[in-house]
Amino acid sequence: MSTGAAAVSITGLSKRFERGDVLALERIDLDVQPGEFVSLIGPSGCGKSTLLRIIGDLIRPTDGDVLVNGKSAHRARLDRDYGIVFQDAVLYDWRTVAKNIALPLEMAGWDRKRRETRVGEMVDLVELTGFEKHHPWQLSGGMQQRVSIARALSFSPPLLLMDEPFGALDEMTRERMNNELLRIWQETLSTVVFVTHSIAESVFLSTRVVVMSARPGRIAGVVEVDLPQPRGPETREHPHFAELITEVRRLLRKGHALDAPEEDEETLYVAEEGL
Amino acid sequence: MSSAAVARPVVEPRRETLLPALKSAGLSLLVLAVLWALWEAYKWLGERLELTRPFPVNERTMPHIHDMVGQLFEPSRRNGPLLIDVLLDAAAFTAKEAAAGFLLGAAAGFAIAVVLSESRLLQRGFLPYLVASQTIPILAIAPMVVIWVNPKLPESLAGWGAVAVIAAYLTFFPVTINTLRGLQSADPRAVELMRSYAASRWKILWKLRIPASFPFLFTALKIAAPAAVVGAIIGELPSSIQDGLAGAILNFNQYYITSPESLWATNIIAAALGIIFFVVVALAERLLVRRAPENVA
Repeated sequence: MSTGAAAVSITGLSKRFERGDVLALERIDLDVQPGEFVSLIGPSGCGKSTLLRIIGDLIRPTDGDVLVNGKSAHRARLDRDYGIVFQDAVLYDWRTVAKNIALPLEMAGWDRKRRETRVGEMVDLVELTGFEKHHPWQLSGGMQQRVSIARALSFSPPLLLMDEPFGALDEMTRERMNNELLRIWQETLSTVVFVTHSIAESVFLSTRVVVMSARPGRIAGVVEVDLPQPRGPETREHPHFAELITEVRRLLRKGHALDAPEEDEETLYVAEEGL
Repeated sequence: MSSAAVARPVVEPRRETLLPALKSAGLSLLVLAVLWALWEAYKWLGERLELTRPFPVNERTMPHIHDMVGQLFEPSRRNGPLLIDVLLDAAAFTAKEAAAGFLLGAAAGFAIAVVLSESRLLQRGFLPYLVASQTIPILAIAPMVVIWVNPKLPESLAGWGAVAVIAAYLTFFPVTINTLRGLQSADPRAVELMRSYAASRWKILWKLRIPASFPFLFTALKIAAPAAVVGAIIGELPSSIQDGLAGAILNFNQYYITSPESLWATNIIAAALGIIFFVVVALAERLLVRRAPENVA
Protein backbone atom coordinates (compact mmCIF):
# COMPACT_ATOMS: atom_id res chain seq x y z
CA MET A 1 0.00 0.00 0.00
CA SER A 2 2.81 2.37 0.75
CA THR A 3 4.60 1.71 -2.52
CA GLY A 4 3.25 4.94 -3.92
CA ALA A 5 1.43 3.10 -6.71
CA ALA A 6 -2.30 3.49 -7.13
CA ALA A 7 -4.33 0.63 -5.65
CA VAL A 8 -6.10 0.30 -8.98
CA SER A 9 -5.14 2.02 -12.19
CA ILE A 10 -7.28 1.54 -15.29
CA THR A 11 -6.49 3.13 -18.64
CA GLY A 12 -8.41 2.90 -21.90
CA LEU A 13 -10.20 -0.28 -20.86
CA SER A 14 -12.81 -1.85 -23.14
CA LYS A 15 -14.56 -5.17 -22.94
CA ARG A 16 -16.47 -6.82 -25.75
CA PHE A 17 -18.23 -10.11 -25.11
CA GLU A 18 -17.88 -12.47 -28.06
CA ARG A 19 -21.20 -14.10 -27.31
CA GLY A 20 -23.88 -11.73 -28.57
CA ASP A 21 -21.16 -9.29 -29.63
CA VAL A 22 -21.95 -6.93 -26.75
CA LEU A 23 -19.72 -3.96 -26.01
CA ALA A 24 -19.93 -4.04 -22.23
CA LEU A 25 -17.34 -1.42 -21.32
CA GLU A 26 -15.86 1.36 -23.41
CA ARG A 27 -12.76 3.49 -22.76
CA ILE A 28 -12.79 3.34 -18.98
CA ASP A 29 -10.16 5.38 -17.17
CA LEU A 30 -10.12 5.14 -13.40
CA ASP A 31 -7.57 5.46 -10.62
CA VAL A 32 -8.22 4.35 -7.07
CA GLN A 33 -5.78 5.53 -4.44
CA PRO A 34 -4.77 3.37 -1.47
CA GLY A 35 -7.23 3.75 1.40
CA GLU A 36 -10.06 4.99 -0.79
CA PHE A 37 -13.59 3.62 -0.72
CA VAL A 38 -14.87 3.83 -4.27
CA SER A 39 -18.37 2.81 -5.32
CA LEU A 40 -19.35 1.89 -8.86
CA ILE A 41 -23.00 2.63 -9.45
CA GLY A 42 -25.08 2.37 -12.58
CA PRO A 43 -28.06 0.71 -14.18
CA SER A 44 -28.24 -2.82 -15.45
CA GLY A 45 -25.90 -3.52 -18.32
CA CYS A 46 -23.47 -0.76 -17.44
CA GLY A 47 -20.86 -3.45 -16.84
CA LYS A 48 -19.92 -2.51 -13.30
CA SER A 49 -19.73 -6.16 -12.16
CA THR A 50 -17.72 -6.91 -15.28
CA LEU A 51 -15.35 -4.06 -14.42
CA LEU A 52 -14.93 -5.48 -10.91
CA ARG A 53 -14.14 -8.93 -12.29
CA ILE A 54 -11.60 -7.46 -14.71
CA ILE A 55 -9.85 -5.74 -11.80
CA GLY A 56 -9.78 -9.16 -10.11
CA ASP A 57 -8.44 -10.86 -13.26
CA LEU A 58 -11.44 -13.18 -13.30
CA ILE A 59 -12.25 -11.88 -16.81
CA ARG A 60 -9.75 -10.51 -19.34
CA PRO A 61 -10.35 -7.09 -20.89
CA THR A 62 -10.52 -6.76 -24.68
CA ASP A 63 -8.45 -3.61 -24.62
CA GLY A 64 -6.60 -1.39 -22.21
CA ASP A 65 -4.45 -1.76 -19.12
CA VAL A 66 -5.34 -2.66 -15.58
CA LEU A 67 -2.76 -2.30 -12.84
CA VAL A 68 -3.38 -3.43 -9.28
CA ASN A 69 -0.84 -2.20 -6.74
CA GLY A 70 1.41 -1.25 -9.62
CA LYS A 71 1.46 -4.70 -11.24
CA SER A 72 -0.67 -6.43 -13.83
CA ALA A 73 -4.07 -7.61 -12.63
CA HIS A 74 -2.97 -11.17 -13.42
CA ARG A 75 0.18 -10.87 -11.31
CA ALA A 76 -1.86 -9.27 -8.51
CA ARG A 77 -4.31 -12.18 -8.49
CA LEU A 78 -1.49 -14.71 -8.30
CA ASP A 79 -0.01 -12.67 -5.45
CA ARG A 80 -3.40 -12.74 -3.66
CA ASP A 81 -3.55 -8.95 -3.58
CA TYR A 82 -7.31 -8.73 -3.22
CA GLY A 83 -10.24 -10.30 -1.42
CA ILE A 84 -13.61 -10.57 -3.09
CA VAL A 85 -17.19 -10.60 -1.76
CA PHE A 86 -20.18 -11.51 -3.94
CA GLN A 87 -23.87 -10.77 -3.60
CA ASP A 88 -24.36 -14.28 -2.25
CA ALA A 89 -22.05 -15.24 0.55
CA VAL A 90 -20.83 -18.30 -1.45
CA LEU A 91 -19.86 -20.19 1.68
CA TYR A 92 -18.94 -23.85 1.59
CA ASP A 93 -21.76 -25.82 3.20
CA TRP A 94 -19.46 -28.57 4.36
CA ARG A 95 -17.22 -26.19 6.28
CA THR A 96 -17.95 -24.51 9.59
CA VAL A 97 -17.83 -20.72 9.92
CA ALA A 98 -14.26 -20.95 11.21
CA LYS A 99 -13.17 -23.24 8.38
CA ASN A 100 -14.81 -21.03 5.78
CA ILE A 101 -12.88 -18.03 7.05
CA ALA A 102 -9.70 -20.12 7.06
CA LEU A 103 -10.10 -21.23 3.42
CA PRO A 104 -7.90 -18.51 1.82
CA LEU A 105 -5.34 -19.01 4.58
CA GLU A 106 -5.15 -22.71 3.70
CA MET A 107 -4.70 -21.77 0.06
CA ALA A 108 -1.89 -19.41 1.03
CA GLY A 109 -0.20 -22.19 2.99
CA TRP A 110 -0.51 -20.80 6.51
CA ASP A 111 0.12 -23.37 9.22
CA ARG A 112 -2.71 -24.44 11.52
CA LYS A 113 -1.62 -22.40 14.53
CA ARG A 114 -1.41 -19.14 12.58
CA ARG A 115 -4.72 -19.91 10.87
CA GLU A 116 -6.52 -20.45 14.16
CA THR A 117 -5.19 -17.22 15.65
CA ARG A 118 -6.20 -15.26 12.58
CA VAL A 119 -9.65 -16.83 12.36
CA GLY A 120 -10.22 -15.86 15.99
CA GLU A 121 -9.35 -12.24 15.17
CA MET A 122 -11.60 -12.20 12.13
CA VAL A 123 -14.52 -13.69 14.05
CA ASP A 124 -14.14 -10.87 16.56
CA LEU A 125 -13.88 -8.29 13.79
CA VAL A 126 -17.21 -9.28 12.24
CA GLU A 127 -18.75 -10.01 15.66
CA LEU A 128 -19.60 -13.66 15.17
CA THR A 129 -18.09 -14.92 18.41
CA GLY A 130 -19.83 -18.14 19.47
CA PHE A 131 -20.74 -19.11 15.93
CA GLU A 132 -17.36 -20.52 14.87
CA LYS A 133 -18.57 -24.12 14.86
CA HIS A 134 -21.81 -23.41 13.06
CA HIS A 135 -22.45 -24.37 9.49
CA PRO A 136 -23.50 -21.71 6.96
CA TRP A 137 -27.07 -22.95 6.70
CA GLN A 138 -27.55 -22.36 10.38
CA LEU A 139 -26.93 -18.60 9.96
CA SER A 140 -29.11 -15.72 8.76
CA GLY A 141 -28.31 -14.01 5.46
CA GLY A 142 -26.64 -11.05 7.19
CA MET A 143 -24.47 -13.35 9.30
CA GLN A 144 -23.49 -15.38 6.24
CA GLN A 145 -22.38 -12.21 4.49
CA ARG A 146 -20.31 -11.24 7.52
CA VAL A 147 -18.55 -14.61 7.31
CA SER A 148 -17.88 -13.93 3.66
CA ILE A 149 -16.39 -10.51 4.50
CA ALA A 150 -14.23 -12.06 7.22
CA ARG A 151 -13.04 -14.64 4.71
CA ALA A 152 -12.16 -11.95 2.16
CA LEU A 153 -10.21 -9.95 4.76
CA SER A 154 -8.60 -12.88 6.58
CA PHE A 155 -5.33 -12.74 4.67
CA SER A 156 -5.16 -8.92 4.92
CA PRO A 157 -5.32 -8.18 1.21
CA PRO A 158 -4.63 -4.52 0.45
CA LEU A 159 -7.69 -4.40 -1.82
CA LEU A 160 -11.27 -5.49 -1.20
CA LEU A 161 -13.59 -6.03 -4.19
CA MET A 162 -17.29 -6.16 -3.36
CA ASP A 163 -19.97 -7.04 -5.89
CA GLU A 164 -23.31 -5.86 -4.46
CA PRO A 165 -22.55 -7.60 -1.19
CA PHE A 166 -25.70 -6.41 0.55
CA GLY A 167 -28.06 -6.57 -2.44
CA ALA A 168 -29.84 -9.66 -1.15
CA LEU A 169 -30.38 -8.32 2.38
CA ASP A 170 -33.40 -6.48 3.72
CA GLU A 171 -33.14 -2.72 4.17
CA MET A 172 -32.57 -2.78 7.93
CA THR A 173 -29.90 -5.46 7.84
CA ARG A 174 -28.34 -3.60 4.95
CA GLU A 175 -27.97 -0.37 6.93
CA ARG A 176 -26.46 -2.26 9.84
CA MET A 177 -24.02 -3.98 7.47
CA ASN A 178 -23.11 -0.59 5.99
CA ASN A 179 -22.12 0.76 9.40
CA GLU A 180 -20.26 -2.46 10.08
CA LEU A 181 -18.37 -2.29 6.79
CA LEU A 182 -17.25 1.28 7.46
CA ARG A 183 -15.91 0.30 10.86
CA ILE A 184 -14.02 -2.65 9.32
CA TRP A 185 -12.69 -0.44 6.52
CA GLN A 186 -11.31 2.00 9.08
CA GLU A 187 -9.83 -0.75 11.24
CA THR A 188 -8.14 -2.61 8.38
CA LEU A 189 -7.06 0.44 6.33
CA SER A 190 -7.84 -1.43 3.13
CA THR A 191 -8.90 -0.02 -0.21
CA VAL A 192 -12.45 -0.90 -1.26
CA VAL A 193 -14.06 -1.05 -4.70
CA PHE A 194 -17.77 -1.51 -4.15
CA VAL A 195 -20.42 -2.26 -6.77
CA THR A 196 -23.97 -1.29 -5.86
CA HIS A 197 -27.41 -0.44 -7.22
CA SER A 198 -28.31 1.71 -4.26
CA ILE A 199 -27.65 5.44 -4.48
CA ALA A 200 -27.98 6.00 -0.73
CA GLU A 201 -25.62 3.14 0.01
CA SER A 202 -23.00 4.42 -2.40
CA VAL A 203 -23.04 7.94 -0.93
CA PHE A 204 -23.09 6.75 2.66
CA LEU A 205 -20.11 4.42 2.25
CA SER A 206 -17.79 6.00 -0.27
CA THR A 207 -15.12 8.60 -0.47
CA ARG A 208 -15.88 8.69 -4.19
CA VAL A 209 -18.85 7.51 -6.26
CA VAL A 210 -18.20 6.56 -9.88
CA VAL A 211 -21.43 6.81 -11.86
CA MET A 212 -21.65 4.66 -14.98
CA SER A 213 -23.96 4.82 -17.97
CA ALA A 214 -25.67 1.95 -19.70
CA ARG A 215 -24.44 -0.14 -22.64
CA PRO A 216 -21.75 0.38 -23.56
CA GLY A 217 -20.64 1.07 -20.00
CA ARG A 218 -18.87 4.39 -19.66
CA ILE A 219 -18.05 6.61 -16.74
CA ALA A 220 -20.78 9.27 -16.70
CA GLY A 221 -19.21 11.21 -13.86
CA VAL A 222 -17.53 11.04 -10.49
CA VAL A 223 -18.91 12.46 -7.25
CA GLU A 224 -16.48 13.29 -4.45
CA VAL A 225 -18.17 12.46 -1.17
CA ASP A 226 -16.76 14.93 1.35
CA LEU A 227 -19.00 13.92 4.24
CA PRO A 228 -17.15 13.89 7.57
CA GLN A 229 -15.49 10.68 8.82
CA PRO A 230 -16.13 8.55 10.75
CA ARG A 231 -19.65 8.13 9.48
CA GLY A 232 -22.61 6.75 11.36
CA PRO A 233 -26.40 6.91 11.48
CA GLU A 234 -26.17 10.72 11.86
CA THR A 235 -24.44 10.94 8.48
CA ARG A 236 -27.74 10.14 6.77
CA GLU A 237 -29.24 13.27 8.41
CA HIS A 238 -26.35 15.49 7.33
CA PRO A 239 -27.71 18.29 5.07
CA HIS A 240 -25.03 17.57 2.49
CA PHE A 241 -26.08 13.89 2.28
CA ALA A 242 -29.27 14.67 0.35
CA GLU A 243 -27.39 17.00 -2.00
CA LEU A 244 -24.89 14.31 -2.86
CA ILE A 245 -27.68 11.82 -3.51
CA THR A 246 -29.28 14.33 -5.87
CA GLU A 247 -25.94 14.79 -7.61
CA VAL A 248 -25.49 11.04 -8.15
CA ARG A 249 -29.07 10.76 -9.38
CA ARG A 250 -28.50 13.65 -11.81
CA LEU A 251 -25.43 11.90 -13.25
CA LEU A 252 -27.34 8.64 -13.58
CA ARG A 253 -30.06 10.46 -15.48
CA LYS A 254 -27.48 12.11 -17.64
CA GLY A 255 -26.32 8.62 -18.54
CA HIS A 256 -29.85 8.05 -19.95
CA ALA A 257 -30.34 5.39 -17.41
CA LEU A 258 -32.31 6.33 -14.42
CA ASP A 259 -35.99 5.54 -14.47
CA ALA A 260 -36.37 3.86 -11.15
CA PRO A 261 -33.40 1.70 -10.27
CA GLU A 262 -34.30 1.59 -6.58
CA GLU A 263 -37.55 -0.29 -7.21
CA ASP A 264 -36.09 -2.43 -9.89
CA GLU A 265 -32.96 -3.74 -8.27
CA GLU A 266 -33.72 -7.43 -8.42
CA THR A 267 -34.59 -7.45 -12.11
CA LEU A 268 -31.60 -5.25 -12.85
CA TYR A 269 -29.33 -7.68 -11.13
CA VAL A 270 -30.78 -10.70 -12.85
CA ALA A 271 -30.50 -8.96 -16.21
CA GLU A 272 -26.87 -8.26 -15.59
CA GLU A 273 -26.18 -11.88 -14.74
CA GLY A 274 -26.91 -12.75 -18.34
CA LEU A 275 -24.34 -10.29 -19.55
CA MET B 1 -24.97 -4.88 15.13
CA SER B 2 -23.91 -6.96 18.06
CA SER B 3 -24.57 -10.65 17.85
CA ALA B 4 -26.98 -10.21 20.74
CA ALA B 5 -29.34 -8.61 18.24
CA VAL B 6 -29.29 -11.79 16.20
CA ALA B 7 -31.00 -15.05 17.04
CA ARG B 8 -29.06 -17.52 19.14
CA PRO B 9 -27.53 -20.58 17.47
CA VAL B 10 -30.38 -22.12 15.56
CA VAL B 11 -30.06 -25.89 15.78
CA GLU B 12 -27.96 -28.65 17.24
CA PRO B 13 -28.90 -31.26 14.66
CA ARG B 14 -26.78 -34.21 15.69
CA ARG B 15 -28.40 -34.63 19.07
CA GLU B 16 -31.87 -34.71 17.57
CA THR B 17 -31.22 -37.64 15.24
CA LEU B 18 -32.07 -40.46 17.66
CA LEU B 19 -35.79 -39.83 18.04
CA PRO B 20 -36.51 -39.40 14.30
CA ALA B 21 -34.47 -42.55 13.66
CA LEU B 22 -36.67 -44.49 16.09
CA LYS B 23 -39.75 -42.96 14.52
CA SER B 24 -38.77 -43.96 11.00
CA ALA B 25 -37.89 -47.47 12.20
CA GLY B 26 -41.35 -47.72 13.77
CA LEU B 27 -42.92 -46.49 10.57
CA SER B 28 -41.04 -49.13 8.55
CA LEU B 29 -42.33 -51.84 10.90
CA LEU B 30 -45.86 -50.51 10.49
CA VAL B 31 -45.56 -50.68 6.70
CA LEU B 32 -44.21 -54.23 7.02
CA ALA B 33 -47.24 -55.18 9.13
CA VAL B 34 -49.59 -53.66 6.55
CA LEU B 35 -47.89 -55.53 3.68
CA TRP B 36 -48.03 -58.74 5.70
CA ALA B 37 -51.75 -58.21 6.32
CA LEU B 38 -52.39 -57.45 2.63
CA TRP B 39 -50.56 -60.62 1.57
CA GLU B 40 -52.52 -62.79 3.99
CA ALA B 41 -55.81 -61.08 3.17
CA TYR B 42 -55.32 -61.63 -0.57
CA LYS B 43 -54.36 -65.25 0.04
CA TRP B 44 -57.43 -65.83 2.26
CA LEU B 45 -59.78 -64.18 -0.25
CA GLY B 46 -58.11 -65.84 -3.24
CA GLU B 47 -58.53 -69.28 -1.75
CA ARG B 48 -62.16 -68.64 -0.76
CA LEU B 49 -63.08 -67.18 -4.17
CA GLU B 50 -60.95 -69.75 -6.00
CA LEU B 51 -59.26 -67.06 -8.04
CA THR B 52 -57.48 -68.32 -11.17
CA ARG B 53 -56.32 -64.94 -12.40
CA PRO B 54 -53.63 -63.65 -12.52
CA PHE B 55 -52.62 -66.93 -10.89
CA PRO B 56 -54.34 -69.53 -8.77
CA VAL B 57 -53.88 -68.84 -5.09
CA ASN B 58 -52.72 -71.77 -2.96
CA GLU B 59 -50.00 -72.85 -0.55
CA ARG B 60 -47.52 -73.20 -3.38
CA THR B 61 -48.00 -69.84 -5.09
CA MET B 62 -48.48 -67.84 -1.90
CA PRO B 63 -47.24 -69.59 1.22
CA HIS B 64 -48.12 -68.05 4.57
CA ILE B 65 -45.53 -65.54 5.62
CA HIS B 66 -45.26 -67.17 9.03
CA ASP B 67 -44.49 -70.42 7.21
CA MET B 68 -41.65 -68.73 5.29
CA VAL B 69 -40.23 -67.34 8.52
CA GLY B 70 -40.91 -70.63 10.29
CA GLN B 71 -39.04 -72.51 7.58
CA LEU B 72 -35.90 -70.65 8.61
CA PHE B 73 -35.97 -72.52 11.89
CA GLU B 74 -36.51 -75.96 10.41
CA PRO B 75 -33.60 -78.26 9.56
CA SER B 76 -32.40 -77.57 6.03
CA ARG B 77 -32.29 -81.32 5.36
CA ARG B 78 -32.86 -84.42 7.45
CA ASN B 79 -30.58 -84.25 10.51
CA GLY B 80 -28.92 -81.18 8.97
CA PRO B 81 -28.36 -77.70 10.43
CA LEU B 82 -31.22 -75.19 10.63
CA LEU B 83 -32.06 -73.44 7.35
CA ILE B 84 -31.29 -70.05 8.86
CA ASP B 85 -27.76 -71.17 9.74
CA VAL B 86 -27.20 -72.39 6.20
CA LEU B 87 -28.57 -69.18 4.74
CA LEU B 88 -26.63 -66.91 7.10
CA ASP B 89 -23.43 -68.69 6.11
CA ALA B 90 -24.32 -68.25 2.45
CA ALA B 91 -25.24 -64.60 3.05
CA ALA B 92 -21.95 -63.95 4.80
CA PHE B 93 -20.11 -65.43 1.85
CA THR B 94 -22.06 -63.34 -0.65
CA ALA B 95 -21.67 -60.25 1.57
CA LYS B 96 -17.89 -60.62 1.40
CA GLU B 97 -18.00 -60.65 -2.41
CA ALA B 98 -20.50 -57.81 -2.56
CA ALA B 99 -18.56 -55.63 -0.12
CA ALA B 100 -15.29 -56.13 -1.99
CA GLY B 101 -17.08 -55.49 -5.30
CA PHE B 102 -18.82 -52.42 -3.93
CA LEU B 103 -15.58 -50.87 -2.65
CA LEU B 104 -13.77 -51.71 -5.86
CA GLY B 105 -16.60 -50.39 -8.04
CA ALA B 106 -17.11 -47.24 -5.98
CA ALA B 107 -13.39 -46.42 -6.05
CA ALA B 108 -13.13 -47.10 -9.79
CA GLY B 109 -16.36 -45.20 -10.51
CA PHE B 110 -15.18 -42.19 -8.52
CA ALA B 111 -11.74 -42.19 -10.13
CA ILE B 112 -13.23 -42.41 -13.62
CA ALA B 113 -15.54 -39.48 -12.83
CA VAL B 114 -12.66 -37.32 -11.58
CA VAL B 115 -10.58 -38.02 -14.69
CA LEU B 116 -13.50 -37.39 -17.05
CA SER B 117 -14.53 -34.19 -15.25
CA GLU B 118 -11.09 -32.72 -15.84
CA SER B 119 -11.21 -33.25 -19.59
CA ARG B 120 -14.20 -32.50 -21.75
CA LEU B 121 -12.49 -34.36 -24.58
CA LEU B 122 -12.09 -37.57 -22.60
CA GLN B 123 -15.63 -37.20 -21.38
CA ARG B 124 -17.03 -36.99 -24.88
CA GLY B 125 -14.88 -39.86 -26.06
CA PHE B 126 -15.47 -42.30 -23.23
CA LEU B 127 -18.98 -41.68 -21.96
CA PRO B 128 -20.72 -43.59 -24.79
CA TYR B 129 -18.65 -46.68 -24.04
CA LEU B 130 -19.37 -46.44 -20.32
CA VAL B 131 -23.06 -46.41 -21.21
CA ALA B 132 -22.54 -49.32 -23.62
CA SER B 133 -20.82 -51.30 -20.86
CA GLN B 134 -24.08 -51.27 -18.94
CA THR B 135 -26.25 -52.43 -21.82
CA ILE B 136 -24.49 -55.81 -22.01
CA PRO B 137 -26.17 -58.32 -19.69
CA ILE B 138 -23.84 -59.29 -16.89
CA LEU B 139 -24.47 -62.96 -17.64
CA ALA B 140 -22.83 -62.47 -21.03
CA ILE B 141 -19.69 -60.97 -19.54
CA ALA B 142 -19.33 -63.03 -16.40
CA PRO B 143 -17.71 -66.08 -18.06
CA MET B 144 -14.98 -63.92 -19.54
CA VAL B 145 -14.37 -62.18 -16.23
CA VAL B 146 -14.05 -65.56 -14.53
CA ILE B 147 -11.56 -66.79 -17.13
CA TRP B 148 -9.52 -63.57 -17.10
CA VAL B 149 -9.50 -62.84 -13.42
CA ASN B 150 -9.43 -66.17 -11.65
CA PRO B 151 -6.05 -67.57 -12.76
CA LYS B 152 -4.30 -64.39 -11.63
CA LEU B 153 -5.76 -64.35 -8.14
CA PRO B 154 -3.90 -65.46 -5.01
CA GLU B 155 -5.21 -68.52 -3.19
CA SER B 156 -7.23 -66.51 -0.66
CA LEU B 157 -9.26 -64.82 -3.39
CA ALA B 158 -9.65 -67.83 -5.67
CA GLY B 159 -13.19 -68.21 -6.88
CA TRP B 160 -14.90 -65.33 -5.19
CA GLY B 161 -12.48 -62.65 -6.43
CA ALA B 162 -14.00 -62.86 -9.90
CA VAL B 163 -17.47 -62.45 -8.38
CA ALA B 164 -16.31 -59.27 -6.64
CA VAL B 165 -15.13 -57.94 -10.00
CA ILE B 166 -18.56 -58.67 -11.49
CA ALA B 167 -20.25 -56.88 -8.58
CA ALA B 168 -17.88 -53.95 -9.12
CA TYR B 169 -18.87 -53.86 -12.77
CA LEU B 170 -22.48 -53.30 -11.70
CA THR B 171 -21.48 -50.74 -9.08
CA PHE B 172 -19.20 -48.30 -10.84
CA PHE B 173 -21.62 -46.91 -13.41
CA PRO B 174 -24.09 -45.02 -11.19
CA VAL B 175 -21.14 -43.77 -9.14
CA THR B 176 -19.39 -42.39 -12.23
CA ILE B 177 -22.49 -40.70 -13.64
CA ASN B 178 -23.57 -39.09 -10.37
CA THR B 179 -20.10 -38.06 -9.27
CA LEU B 180 -19.49 -36.49 -12.67
CA ARG B 181 -22.62 -34.43 -12.18
CA GLY B 182 -21.60 -33.60 -8.61
CA LEU B 183 -18.12 -32.47 -9.60
CA GLN B 184 -19.71 -30.03 -12.01
CA SER B 185 -22.27 -28.81 -9.47
CA ALA B 186 -20.01 -26.29 -7.73
CA ASP B 187 -21.31 -22.70 -7.78
CA PRO B 188 -19.49 -20.78 -10.57
CA ARG B 189 -18.87 -18.00 -8.05
CA ALA B 190 -17.20 -20.48 -5.72
CA VAL B 191 -14.88 -21.30 -8.62
CA GLU B 192 -14.19 -17.57 -9.12
CA LEU B 193 -13.48 -17.34 -5.41
CA MET B 194 -10.91 -20.11 -5.68
CA ARG B 195 -9.33 -18.39 -8.67
CA SER B 196 -9.11 -15.18 -6.66
CA TYR B 197 -6.93 -17.16 -4.22
CA ALA B 198 -4.70 -18.16 -7.14
CA ALA B 199 -5.83 -21.77 -6.61
CA SER B 200 -4.47 -24.39 -9.00
CA ARG B 201 -6.80 -26.69 -10.89
CA TRP B 202 -5.84 -29.46 -8.52
CA LYS B 203 -6.68 -27.34 -5.45
CA ILE B 204 -10.03 -26.36 -6.95
CA LEU B 205 -10.75 -30.05 -7.47
CA TRP B 206 -9.64 -31.05 -3.99
CA LYS B 207 -11.06 -28.19 -1.91
CA LEU B 208 -14.20 -27.40 -3.90
CA ARG B 209 -15.35 -29.82 -6.58
CA ILE B 210 -14.88 -33.07 -4.67
CA PRO B 211 -16.56 -31.94 -1.44
CA ALA B 212 -19.35 -30.38 -3.53
CA SER B 213 -19.88 -33.75 -5.22
CA PHE B 214 -20.44 -35.70 -1.99
CA PRO B 215 -24.26 -35.48 -1.87
CA PHE B 216 -24.34 -36.77 -5.46
CA LEU B 217 -21.75 -39.43 -4.66
CA PHE B 218 -23.76 -40.76 -1.75
CA THR B 219 -26.97 -40.82 -3.76
CA ALA B 220 -25.09 -43.07 -6.19
CA LEU B 221 -23.60 -45.21 -3.45
CA LYS B 222 -27.06 -45.82 -2.04
CA ILE B 223 -28.16 -47.11 -5.44
CA ALA B 224 -24.96 -49.07 -5.91
CA ALA B 225 -24.85 -50.83 -2.53
CA PRO B 226 -27.90 -53.10 -3.03
CA ALA B 227 -26.92 -53.45 -6.69
CA ALA B 228 -23.57 -54.88 -5.56
CA VAL B 229 -25.43 -57.58 -3.61
CA VAL B 230 -27.50 -58.47 -6.67
CA GLY B 231 -24.34 -58.38 -8.77
CA ALA B 232 -22.58 -60.77 -6.40
CA ILE B 233 -25.49 -63.24 -6.46
CA ILE B 234 -25.69 -63.15 -10.23
CA GLY B 235 -21.92 -63.37 -10.52
CA GLU B 236 -21.89 -66.57 -8.47
CA LEU B 237 -23.93 -68.41 -11.10
CA PRO B 238 -21.41 -68.57 -13.98
CA SER B 239 -18.55 -68.84 -11.48
CA SER B 240 -20.07 -72.09 -10.19
CA ILE B 241 -19.78 -70.89 -6.62
CA GLN B 242 -21.96 -73.00 -4.31
CA ASP B 243 -21.19 -71.30 -1.01
CA GLY B 244 -23.18 -68.12 -1.58
CA LEU B 245 -26.83 -67.16 -1.83
CA ALA B 246 -26.93 -68.04 -5.53
CA GLY B 247 -26.22 -71.65 -4.63
CA ALA B 248 -29.09 -71.63 -2.15
CA ILE B 249 -31.43 -69.97 -4.66
CA LEU B 250 -30.60 -72.51 -7.38
CA ASN B 251 -30.98 -75.36 -4.94
CA PHE B 252 -34.36 -74.26 -3.60
CA ASN B 253 -35.58 -73.47 -7.10
CA GLN B 254 -35.35 -77.17 -7.80
CA TYR B 255 -37.39 -78.05 -4.72
CA TYR B 256 -39.97 -75.29 -5.13
CA ILE B 257 -42.81 -77.72 -5.77
CA THR B 258 -42.28 -79.58 -2.52
CA SER B 259 -41.03 -76.77 -0.35
CA PRO B 260 -41.83 -73.30 -1.71
CA GLU B 261 -41.20 -71.74 1.73
CA SER B 262 -37.47 -72.45 1.45
CA LEU B 263 -37.03 -70.28 -1.63
CA TRP B 264 -39.15 -67.53 -0.12
CA ALA B 265 -37.09 -67.70 3.05
CA THR B 266 -33.91 -67.41 0.98
CA ASN B 267 -35.32 -64.33 -0.72
CA ILE B 268 -36.03 -62.76 2.64
CA ILE B 269 -32.40 -63.25 3.65
CA ALA B 270 -31.13 -61.88 0.32
CA ALA B 271 -33.36 -58.82 0.66
CA ALA B 272 -32.18 -58.29 4.23
CA LEU B 273 -28.58 -58.34 3.02
CA GLY B 274 -29.34 -55.66 0.43
CA ILE B 275 -31.05 -53.51 3.05
CA ILE B 276 -28.08 -53.85 5.39
CA PHE B 277 -25.77 -52.64 2.61
CA PHE B 278 -28.02 -49.65 2.00
CA VAL B 279 -28.27 -48.75 5.67
CA VAL B 280 -24.50 -48.90 6.15
CA VAL B 281 -24.02 -46.40 3.30
CA ALA B 282 -26.82 -44.18 4.60
CA LEU B 283 -25.21 -44.11 8.05
CA ALA B 284 -21.81 -43.29 6.53
CA GLU B 285 -23.47 -40.42 4.69
CA ARG B 286 -24.88 -39.03 7.93
CA LEU B 287 -21.47 -39.10 9.53
CA LEU B 288 -19.52 -37.68 6.61
CA VAL B 289 -21.77 -35.24 4.79
CA ARG B 290 -22.64 -32.07 6.65
CA ARG B 291 -25.28 -30.33 4.63
CA ALA B 292 -28.31 -28.18 5.01
CA PRO B 293 -31.10 -30.57 6.06
CA GLU B 294 -33.01 -30.05 2.82
CA ASN B 295 -29.99 -31.24 0.83
CA VAL B 296 -29.65 -34.58 2.58
CA ALA B 297 -31.59 -37.27 0.83
